[in-house]
Amino acid sequence: MGLFNFWKKEENLFDENITIEETRFVVLDTETTGFDYENDRILCIGALVLQNGVISVQNSFEIYLQQDHYDKSTAQIHGILKDLLIKRPSELEALEQFLSFLGDSIIVAHHTIFDVTMINKALERNNLPQLTNKTLDTAYLYKRTLIKSHLFERKDHYTLDDLADKFDISKKDRHTALGDAYITAIAFLKIVKKLREKKEVNLNSLFK
Amino acid sequence: MKNTISQRVADFLKNYPPFNFLHPKDLEKLSEQISIVYKDKDAVIFAENDQTHDSFYVVHKGAVALKKSTKNTVLDMCDEGDIFGLRPLLAQENYIMEAVAHEESILYAIPIAVFKPYALENRNVGNFLIESYASNTRNPYSDIHKDKLYGDDDLLNENRHSSNDSFDLAPIKYSKKIVTCSPSTTVKEVARIMNKKKVGAILIVDEMLPIGILTDKDLRNKIVTGDFPITTTAETIMTKPVITYPKKMTVTEAQMAMMKSSISHLCLTKDGTVNTKAVGILSKHDVMVALGNNPAVLIKALKRAKKTKEIKPIRNRIMQLLQGYLDQNIPMTLIAKIITELNEACTTRVIEICLEKMSSPPPVKFAWLALGSQGRGEQMLHTDQDNAIVYENVNEVFRDETRIYFLKFAALVNKGLFDIGYDYCPAEMMASNPKWCMSLDEWKSQVHHWITNPGKNEVLLSFIFFDYSRTYGDAEIVSQLSDSIFENVKANPIFYMHLVSGALQSPSPTGFFRQFLVEQDGANKDNFDIKRRALMPLTDAARVLILSHSVKSISNTAERFEKLAELEPNNRELYLSCSYSFKALLKFRTKQGLLHHDSGQFIALESLSKMEKIKLKRTFKTIKELQELISVRFNISNLV
Repeated sequence: MGLFNFWKKEENLFDENITIEETRFVVLDTETTGFDYENDRILCIGALVLQNGVISVQNSFEIYLQQDHYDKSTAQIHGILKDLLIKRPSELEALEQFLSFLGDSIIVAHHTIFDVTMINKALERNNLPQLTNKTLDTAYLYKRTLIKSHLFERKDHYTLDDLADKFDISKKDRHTALGDAYITAIAFLKIVKKLREKKEVNLNSLFK
Repeated sequence: MKNTISQRVADFLKNYPPFNFLHPKDLEKLSEQISIVYKDKDAVIFAENDQTHDSFYVVHKGAVALKKSTKNTVLDMCDEGDIFGLRPLLAQENYIMEAVAHEESILYAIPIAVFKPYALENRNVGNFLIESYASNTRNPYSDIHKDKLYGDDDLLNENRHSSNDSFDLAPIKYSKKIVTCSPSTTVKEVARIMNKKKVGAILIVDEMLPIGILTDKDLRNKIVTGDFPITTTAETIMTKPVITYPKKMTVTEAQMAMMKSSISHLCLTKDGTVNTKAVGILSKHDVMVALGNNPAVLIKALKRAKKTKEIKPIRNRIMQLLQGYLDQNIPMTLIAKIITELNEACTTRVIEICLEKMSSPPPVKFAWLALGSQGRGEQMLHTDQDNAIVYENVNEVFRDETRIYFLKFAALVNKGLFDIGYDYCPAEMMASNPKWCMSLDEWKSQVHHWITNPGKNEVLLSFIFFDYSRTYGDAEIVSQLSDSIFENVKANPIFYMHLVSGALQSPSPTGFFRQFLVEQDGANKDNFDIKRRALMPLTDAARVLILSHSVKSISNTAERFEKLAELEPNNRELYLSCSYSFKALLKFRTKQGLLHHDSGQFIALESLSKMEKIKLKRTFKTIKELQELISVRFNISNLV
């Protein structure tokens, strides 16, 4: 057995028969007080379920968290004022609700590492175990759709704005957690479509 | 639970009937229970005889075609804001049509259980739905649409046409935006209004009631002749009384009415008499448009388009026209010319609209260049956009602001072209990319760089760039750029070699045993790539040869070969057969593209008849001979 596996370059994560369509993805975005994993806090988590190309509005998740830490300088980006934060669920409550929403779904986000690390730090503070979900990043997946050509320089970083422009998605709700999650979800669908045009794609290949 | 997405949904729906009749609170509640559905192009949303879903659909982005699968005819095309799949839910029967995503689409699925109470309670909503089913008679098959909405309803029968509806009996679409003035308006002012609104007739109204009409013809016959001064009031020279008709008119009725009283404009009023409010004006133009697609009508419609959004349906009609031409077997040269002209007119209109959107006029003269196949006048179908801007040289001081202006402008145009159906260029060869938006001198030095440093990329770039044609703007700048290219090429003969080797690099169409070579991977696996394997070798070779003869301003491949046949009588036969092959291949590609609603680049071989395959292979022989000719002529073996 071991001998056979030796020749297999990469272990497949999922059963070949599971299609991208039937998989439950949770597309999420967080608004935070800043970019410091240690000191900054999550103000809002927005998440939605994407399955079979369908997003159910009713079954989406948007929660504003109670936080003591607040940074005036980022308020102009997310527009969440401190006053608004009063009478919100505590971080622990919000996390618990979020975890039950998330389940064991695959997480999709834009620059996923940031959101996931922020959530993990919060989980740590509340003595909860870390996320073990598989994750996908639209920033990375988008780059895979681009033509590999010397004629045109690929940027190192594609922002969510870049993707929204390319895919003609309205940027109306930019910088609200659920609004960004929605843009990410549509971008994700269009990216998978583009990748399909280039090459046959299954769930496993998205993770390679 | 109200959230950001439900607000987004409500924000969209509130612009479209019947949702605009709903109270904002109700709409909000409705929006919370909607699902957002993504459908890839050609994905089936529901099939004929399928059991009904628990939701009906509103198109948010994209387009959905409703078809009868047995006939494979498109019965209706649903655009942004259109509803479909509702009637069977209300009638509680299976779907009688198939709904297929005509392009990549995003739909809102609205659960019928949530929506039905509103339809029953809100009169406006109910009426809208009844009307939309009853009056949907734009095509002869649509009697199947207009089944009953709710159990028994007499309202329906009034509006129903007999089942042998033909197109001529379809209700005519008239312009609901009526341009009016008061009787005391001077004709000078009238002419100004008509000019601004781009109409040929103006209605003179008194207390909302139509009392007379003034047309272009009246102005010409009464004012320009000097019979009346331009200070005359509208009342004095208007034609009265107005000939009025009820708004429910068929195309044929309208035509007859115009012929009967030899007038070019009909006024439509609420009850058909002059005693009720005017609701619309019907011009000869409207009748023409209703009668069908012809290039003149389409060009006129384009000129009248005020938003890029209005151009998209015109593009669709251009495609219908193309289909018609192909069906009638009209020579490809002619088809290509007309369609290219129309496509160019679309682009030009987009550019004009975008220019108006800019806060100031362009700081210097510029030209909008179409590159690649569009530049060569060979683009029939919706494909990617390749374009560039060249503008007059400016003083150092203004360099940055000029560049910023044109980049901003280009971004608008690129978005506009995207909106009417040209995809963004995946390699970013678009005017909104700073590399493709430069001043004349910057372009000259760019071209010089390509020609003097011909690496693989430089040759590729020059391939795409050298086939440009001016779509809009200043001809002088473009001509200067062309001159500069020819001088550079002449001074650097080695560049030909690279062009030639580039031209010979296109993959071969057939393998060792003369079988077609097909794609190995991806969505087009096992399909034949007609663009790269057959059209490109011809295009590339034509370009090299025509450059070597320094022939300027012919960029169309077939025309290039015809010119070459003239210039080199000893190779006349080969060149003419190249020209013929190219046209045949282009026709092939166009037909395939129309058939599958794509760019036609990839052909499923099994769908071809034996005859078609033989025809295709015959062109390959010509390609091979041509490639031999250029490799010998430019002595390519020295280089590779």
